[in-house]
Amino acid sequence: MPRFKARFDRLSHLFFPLSVLVILLIINLLKGADYFKITMVNGVLYGNIPNILYGASELVILSIGMTLVTAAARGQDISIGESGAISSAIFVQYVLNAGEVTIWTILVGFLISCVAGLVIGAFNGTLVSFFNVQPMVATLILFLGGRSIAFIIDGKVSPILANPISNKIGTVIPGVPIQTPIILTAVFIALVAVVLKTTNLRLYVEAVGINPNAARLNGINPKKVIFLTFLLMGVCSAVAGFIAVNKVGRHDSVNLLKFIMMDAILAVALGGNSLSGGKFSITGSIIGAYTIEVLNRTLLRLEVNPEAIKAFKAVFIIILMIVASPVVRVYARKCLGKVKTFVAGNAIGKPGGLNQAVISSMDSSAKKEE
Amino acid sequence: MKRLSLLLVVMLVLSTVCGLTLAASQKLIKVGIVNLPPEESGYRQANVEDMNQVFSRANGYDAKQTNTADVNEQMAAAMGYIRDGVDYLLISAAHASGWDDVLLAAKRAGVSVILFDRMIDTDPSNYQAALVSDMYYEGQLATDWILNNVPEPRNVILIRGQLGSAAEVGRSAPLLKAAAEGKLNVVWDGTGGDTWSLEEARRVVEAAIAAGKDFNVIYAQNDGMAQGACQALEAAGISFGKNGKVKIIGFDFNRFALRNVQAGYWNADVQCNPRMAGQIDQWIKSGNIPKGVVYQKEIILDTNTITDEHIEKYGINPDPGKGVITR
Repeated sequence: MPRFKARFDRLSHLFFPLSVLVILLIINLLKGADYFKITMVNGVLYGNIPNILYGASELVILSIGMTLVTAAARGQDISIGESGAISSAIFVQYVLNAGEVTIWTILVGFLISCVAGLVIGAFNGTLVSFFNVQPMVATLILFLGGRSIAFIIDGKVSPILANPISNKIGTVIPGVPIQTPIILTAVFIALVAVVLKTTNLRLYVEAVGINPNAARLNGINPKKVIFLTFLLMGVCSAVAGFIAVNKVGRHDSVNLLKFIMMDAILAVALGGNSLSGGKFSITGSIIGAYTIEVLNRTLLRLEVNPEAIKAFKAVFIIILMIVASPVVRVYARKCLGKVKTFVAGNAIGKPGGLNQAVISSMDSSAKKEE
Repeated sequence: MKRLSLLLVVMLVLSTVCGLTLAASQKLIKVGIVNLPPEESGYRQANVEDMNQVFSRANGYDAKQTNTADVNEQMAAAMGYIRDGVDYLLISAAHASGWDDVLLAAKRAGVSVILFDRMIDTDPSNYQAALVSDMYYEGQLATDWILNNVPEPRNVILIRGQLGSAAEVGRSAPLLKAAAEGKLNVVWDGTGGDTWSLEEARRVVEAAIAAGKDFNVIYAQNDGMAQGACQALEAAGISFGKNGKVKIIGFDFNRFALRNVQAGYWNADVQCNPRMAGQIDQWIKSGNIPKGVVYQKEIILDTNTITDEHIEKYGINPDPGKGVITR
């Protein structure tokens, strides 16, 4: 029982993001009971759920990187869409100039674009960690100039990536019943999970995010850790750019991953993470990213007028954030505790000591949450 | 003596006049161009390139160009050109209002102003001419194509661009008018948002499919959104294009879109011509600049009418090559 409770405590931070997602799914189900229906179309799974997983793939990957940056640097990287546009522009140029396109061309191009992502991450990371520039200000540089750089790499046009392999990466590989971007996202999440499991990354990032000076006194170099999170963010951007450009089949430096940093930051917040750094939950951010995708589609499903769709989205997000706010959470816990004690008291018929114990444990856990 | 001096004076005046006109004919025409940055879109890139090509020294122009999306910088640049004493000022404004001071300064300095591509909210007497695309006419072309080529019932999914933009308003109006007259039904009304987003267009069509709507026309207000719509149809296993159930219409004449039309993957595409410099050059050289707003002549191409020559001449952005489909 105590082991179960410990596990529950560890997962309790997921309660909020999951509850938000569940609320949205219920709204969708009320609109039509066939929401979860999945059919086979030309040998591929098709339905609302595959569509959501497909549509959110870039956002999920970016929100992972954003979580790490937020946790360590106590600020956000707002140039992720631009750095994705630059690294994917390099990928496209490599593939177009490589002659015959084979799987190896794509792979080498992808690795080169990852290196480009690392370089961009190093640039942002240097500014933030070694020159102590605020993350948002440091990344503002690429946010403003990044698309021009991508545009110049593109040769001032939007090049076409119409080869069969790219198309398979962007849609489906024949014989595989799941769309390729969904598989790539799953592989990426698995890789991140392995890295977090086998390294001290989480400990270091959280230590730096909670108190850089304390971390430094304990032998962790905050500058290096922050720099590292920006490098990882660069890789995330490159992967997201790679998926995005293969989905579209051409490199549109103007619109590729435009304004996605807003959704990525929102995903981090919806995931129950503090935007001022410290402890983080990547699972929460991933759920947050899927929640945003579900929210976008919910508004369409409810046939909200296109003129009003943005206002509706804003209202939804405000409601969700208030539901998620610590104030409401503590209040809800208190209410829940009272109900529990009431029920327990009635059932056992032994009020007093037990009630006191339950209430005090509820209170202390509520304080911890704060 | 008096007569002689008069003769001298007359000769002097005549010779200076002749000399001046001679000098003027060899002098380059000074033009100031205030435009948006080429990285704004493929359309703008083609527009800027066309301006550079036509208003060149070889073509008899001394042209200066400012490309910025900041309307204040645009106005400052325009004022600078007026002080430099240009003969013509060509403006494509980032923002339609607040230009009155600049236009009045140009008028006082005797500079003729020609607006291109984007209109300015001002009194028509403040500029000489405006050469723009008629978005309503473009929408009319597409709507007429639907009425002539799709048999009843015509059930349309409308995917708008940035709401309230001139292109969205103009391209939506004829379709909505036809719907109001009962000639077709708009079964789903969506938007690609401020970025005319392909992904958002895909979501719109996926939502329409999930809602069980029956439709046979996709009216996407740019090529990227038409592409997103096709991705959604393809994933859902719904046939489209020349021999398919759903007819696809895009706008803007991207070369990839035209190749898709040529291959029968899409059905039609409507032109939005960014190449205005030739017409303006002709006006200036002939000295016969019209007064007021002039609309460009634009066309619609479908699977039957499209040729390689069209794609070569009118398309924007790179050509994926004949027979290549961009999914």
